[in-house]
Amino acid sequence: MLLIACPHCGKRPETEFRCGGQAHIARPADPMTVDDGAWSEHLFVRANPKGVHAERWCHVHGCGRWFNALRDTISDRFIETYPMGAKPTQFPQSETRA
Amino acid sequence: MRRFSLTSLLSESLRGHTGWGRQWRAPEPKPRYDVVIVGGGGHGLATAYYLATVHGITNVAVLEKGWIGGGNTGRNTTIIRSNYLYDESAAMYEHALKLWEGLSQELNYNIMFSQRGVLMLAHNVHDVQSFKRHVYANRLNGIDNEWLSKEECKAFCPPLDISGSLRYPVLGGALQRRAGTARHDAVAWGYARGADDRGVDIIQNCEVTGIRRDAFGRAVGVETTRGFIGAGRIGVVAAGHTSTLMSMAGVSMPLESYPLQALVSEPVKPCFPCVVMSNAVHAYLSQSDKGELVIGAGTDQYTSYSQQGGLHITTHTLDAICELFPQFTRMRMLRSWGGIVDVTPDRSPIIGKTPVQNLFVNCGWGTGGFKATPGSGHVFAHTLATGTPHKINAPFTLDRFRTGRLIDEAAAAAVAH
Repeated sequence: MLLIACPHCGKRPETEFRCGGQAHIARPADPMTVDDGAWSEHLFVRANPKGVHAERWCHVHGCGRWFNALRDTISDRFIETYPMGAKPTQFPQSETRA
Repeated sequence: MRRFSLTSLLSESLRGHTGWGRQWRAPEPKPRYDVVIVGGGGHGLATAYYLATVHGITNVAVLEKGWIGGGNTGRNTTIIRSNYLYDESAAMYEHALKLWEGLSQELNYNIMFSQRGVLMLAHNVHDVQSFKRHVYANRLNGIDNEWLSKEECKAFCPPLDISGSLRYPVLGGALQRRAGTARHDAVAWGYARGADDRGVDIIQNCEVTGIRRDAFGRAVGVETTRGFIGAGRIGVVAAGHTSTLMSMAGVSMPLESYPLQALVSEPVKPCFPCVVMSNAVHAYLSQSDKGELVIGAGTDQYTSYSQQGGLHITTHTLDAICELFPQFTRMRMLRSWGGIVDVTPDRSPIIGKTPVQNLFVNCGWGTGGFKATPGSGHVFAHTLATGTPHKINAPFTLDRFRTGRLIDEAAAAAVAH
């Protein structure tokens, strides 16, 4: 089980958290001008990287607050957690190789 | 290829089984093939096999990063069924099931296909209604599926407790009698052997590191750890690594890759006659021919390529198994493992063309790809050979996420997909 550092509560076990998928997805600013292809990209296409991934997490069984995290999807190691609305301070390349 | 027969078995038994030889060659890659299939799992090998047998295209290579049978083909819980709700899925999985029924004879290889029946338990009123709907939908599509009362469930699967004292009482079940299990790695081996015999090159330990496109944007070949290999057409059949491969050609996919775990117990004498699935508590269970209980867990909640998955996921599954089958609470689990599955937003696969000319994809099987292996290979071979989809895979386009014609098995199949 992973230990995840909630920015508000500190390190807690993974089962207290819910993963909300890819972070920093912006809804199209002017929806009426967006065509089907761009909607499809927005709704369905995800980064799915083999390496460092930015995600939203929620500490559902704790403070209940959402935050962002950088995680390496090969080792599952959390690199950084940071508040909603912020950008990560680092964005390293994956350090591992499966 | 040396065929297996009574006479060949007898003569080999007299020679101490020293004369069988390799089941498929280990060729050096040629500079160019008509079709290159990226991914040597069951689906990729089946595609190569049907390209050779049905379409007469034998200048084919199957490129495998690891070894045959070492990926998700050897990691699943071997369950085969076709009782899907929607017409498109029902046609696809039933096509596969019909091929499964003759596959050992077709391949001359015992894949140990056992139609022992898959029983899906209903624990609440919603389950009952939903499964009955499945039964009726399946019958309209010509697929066997029947509703059993709880007494009939008990008669079919004696280890069930129908007393009503369980936390999740059994109210009845939907049974597909033609469903069952098969020996998973034998499926890969059988297809590999059959394809190799017809001239297909199976190249193991050959990882694709790039997809080369020409000035017009067409895919013309793949860069690999064993050099460049030219290709008339490329079929990507790489399960959890499809996103990674397709990004090499500049195509982003509506896929996310999750670890899916399974585990087996110590082997015991035959005690469990069929496959039982319980979507409500998320547990499914069967007993292998070796005697192990084979148990499938759910996916982890986050994407990962770690091929491990969290221990609490399997613990949760075992909680559900112990709740349903208290007689197994003292069984010891021997092994657990994870595979990386590629999940689409509607939980249905993508089989067909991509925006890149000559590049085709067969992916998105998520947590339920093994059962489709022969059908998937068969229709994908048609797509690669003719350049147009077979009528069965025509609805499973990449474009459906743009047009909105989703095949939403995500809602229909509940969890155990």
